[in-house]
Amino acid sequence: MDFDILIGIFPQVLLDGIILGFMYALIALGYTMVYGVLEFINFAHSEIFIIGAFVGVEILLSFKAAGWLDVLPWALVLFIVLIAGMVVSGTVAVVIERTAYRPLRHAPRLIPLISAIGVSFFLQDAIRLFESLWRNSFNLVYPTMDVLNHRFELTETIDISVKSLVVIVAALLMLWGLHSLVNRTKVGKAIRAVAEDQGAASLMGINVNRIISLTFLIGGAMGGGAGVLFGVQYSLINPYTGFIPGLKAFTAAVLGGIGNIPGAMLGGLVLGLLEAFAASYLSLLTGGAFGAEYKDIFAFSILILILIFRPKGLLGEIVRERA
Amino acid sequence: MIKQLLDRPAPATVLVAAALLVTTWGVTWSPRSIAIFMLFQASILLLYFAKIPGVIKAIFTAITLGVLMPFLGTINAYYMEIAIQVGIFVALALGLNIVVGLAGLLDLGYVAFFAVGAYSWAIFGSPQANLIFGGEHFPLGQWWFFVFLFVGVAVAAGAGILLGLPVLRLHGDYLALVTLGFGEVIRVLANNLDKPINFTNGPKGITPINRPPIFFAPLLQSLGIDPDPNVIYPLYLYAIVLLIVGATVLANRRLEDSHIGRAWEAIREDQTAAQAMGIPLVRMKLLAFACGASFAGTVGVLFSAKQIFINPESFTFMESIGVLAMIILGGMGSIPGAILGAAVVTILNLQILKGLSLWLNELRNAGTVILGYSLSNLPTQLEPAKYERMVFGLILVLMMIFRPQGILPARRRHRELGEDS
Repeated sequence: MDFDILIGIFPQVLLDGIILGFMYALIALGYTMVYGVLEFINFAHSEIFIIGAFVGVEILLSFKAAGWLDVLPWALVLFIVLIAGMVVSGTVAVVIERTAYRPLRHAPRLIPLISAIGVSFFLQDAIRLFESLWRNSFNLVYPTMDVLNHRFELTETIDISVKSLVVIVAALLMLWGLHSLVNRTKVGKAIRAVAEDQGAASLMGINVNRIISLTFLIGGAMGGGAGVLFGVQYSLINPYTGFIPGLKAFTAAVLGGIGNIPGAMLGGLVLGLLEAFAASYLSLLTGGAFGAEYKDIFAFSILILILIFRPKGLLGEIVRERA
Repeated sequence: MIKQLLDRPAPATVLVAAALLVTTWGVTWSPRSIAIFMLFQASILLLYFAKIPGVIKAIFTAITLGVLMPFLGTINAYYMEIAIQVGIFVALALGLNIVVGLAGLLDLGYVAFFAVGAYSWAIFGSPQANLIFGGEHFPLGQWWFFVFLFVGVAVAAGAGILLGLPVLRLHGDYLALVTLGFGEVIRVLANNLDKPINFTNGPKGITPINRPPIFFAPLLQSLGIDPDPNVIYPLYLYAIVLLIVGATVLANRRLEDSHIGRAWEAIREDQTAAQAMGIPLVRMKLLAFACGASFAGTVGVLFSAKQIFINPESFTFMESIGVLAMIILGGMGSIPGAILGAAVVTILNLQILKGLSLWLNELRNAGTVILGYSLSNLPTQLEPAKYERMVFGLILVLMMIFRPQGILPARRRHRELGEDS
């Protein structure tokens, strides 16, 4: 075993893991916020995420067609795309909640889950239908921007591209924004109150339905933003791309303690790092017998192990059972 | 009007017989018309709903499935294919019905057990096993297929217990997610276990897989029928599917009213109360997983023999959700519901969506103009046959909102899927 290789790639893997981790953290927030308020797994969140990515690619492609991509400053373009992705995804999340979940709010627990799976499947093909009609192709590639692909060499072996920096900075800003919103504003207090006890919250004059919509809006917006960043970072998207990252982000949310916002961030980072290391070291350590393809299995095994041994997750929010 | 006729035995018998005969004649008259074949299927539904004395109904069913359907299959081979697929999915739906419908455990990775069964015969019924064990002993002889129908049961039940043991302590939606993960794990394994030892041949899949032997070939020859495998196999596989479905229905009905079935329903309704009544939770849940899985295992063996070729593509998450959509459409916990749901969804996928695709393609190629828009400009990516997910999704959402008990609800009224399971 060549020890130098293992050490040599370490910083690069760490960096990849952090980027992946932020992506998972942003998506995981959507799961965890909805779970915190409704105790319900919003299975369609992975599609809300990928809708963000599609909004991003559509805007970038139309900018490119109009020739604005080279004229406008790149930071402005990215900002517009990010905001648009967040707005559309957030809106879609709210619409889904109104149509597919709200009528089932008092139904037994598995009913809304099945409905959510249905929404997820429906949305995948709805995106495909739209893109097939609109562009006659549903495998889309983010247009490249030269600035974004520029790489800074930190040392001889490690470099970081501008787009990775953008992803990290944007993710940090979004996480910070959410954290302040939930912890420092009146609306945030209302969200926490509803998560704690819906009945008591409504007695205190909080409009529970509006807060739930708002939760979906915020969670969806985070997911949409993550979608845009995902597209910028990994370029290739199709309507079914969102499913696996969605599942992993859910794992991250459970890992951090579902319903717990800092937990989702932590869980996302941990899972991203674990996965990046598994992906690059597994095949090195086993002499190529088990390749990077096993990273999915790795993530699911973590999910199963956590649920069995520490169902409260790392940060230990109590998982309540709905009576 | 028709409802009144169907409620009185004599007119109902005549009506159903007439419907079956007319539609059968219709198919012989126009073998390629999907619409007429669907009318035939509708008359089978009529047969189910009609209030005919039990004996006559049983005879009618036997004639329809045992004579008319194979006859139509010889006229248009695709109809036989549809019938076989419907049979396979009916058996799968009945298996999942035990886990989800009776025991109330939402299993989103059900297709994994189907895959386990399929791969067990695929590996040993093809030269693939030589790569694992060395030598030239494989493929096993065709007769082994019948042994593997039972091996499939055992292996899948084992996999069910293996999955069940660690996860059964989990509650409702967590359990669902973990089973989903398990399904994905099995698929990823199937996709990647071509190294270090080649078990599954990875994404390329395994082929050729042995088919069951035509042991009655001498008999056919003595009757003066040419045992041409291309003609015989579809009918033969159809017969095996019918047998398996029959056995599955029988097993389901016996289970439903047994101690075990009642225990499952008790667990579904209220886990804590069930435990207080002395029901061993873990054993019963494991049993549900194992029973449900075993049906999938058997059908998997049959599926790999029918396809001759299998690869991981056949065992995606979408298939699991498809089977779930079937039992939710039909009615969770209801045997006729599961059958109806499986038939409707399979026919929707194989006939209606495919038919729409073909029709659209014809229009596109012919350059038909509708309201001033030439259909030849229609995007080529627009293919209704590829939109199964949309169908499954719509079924799930609409059924949950408007009719959570399904089209044919289970006899015993119950709160669907108790909340604490």
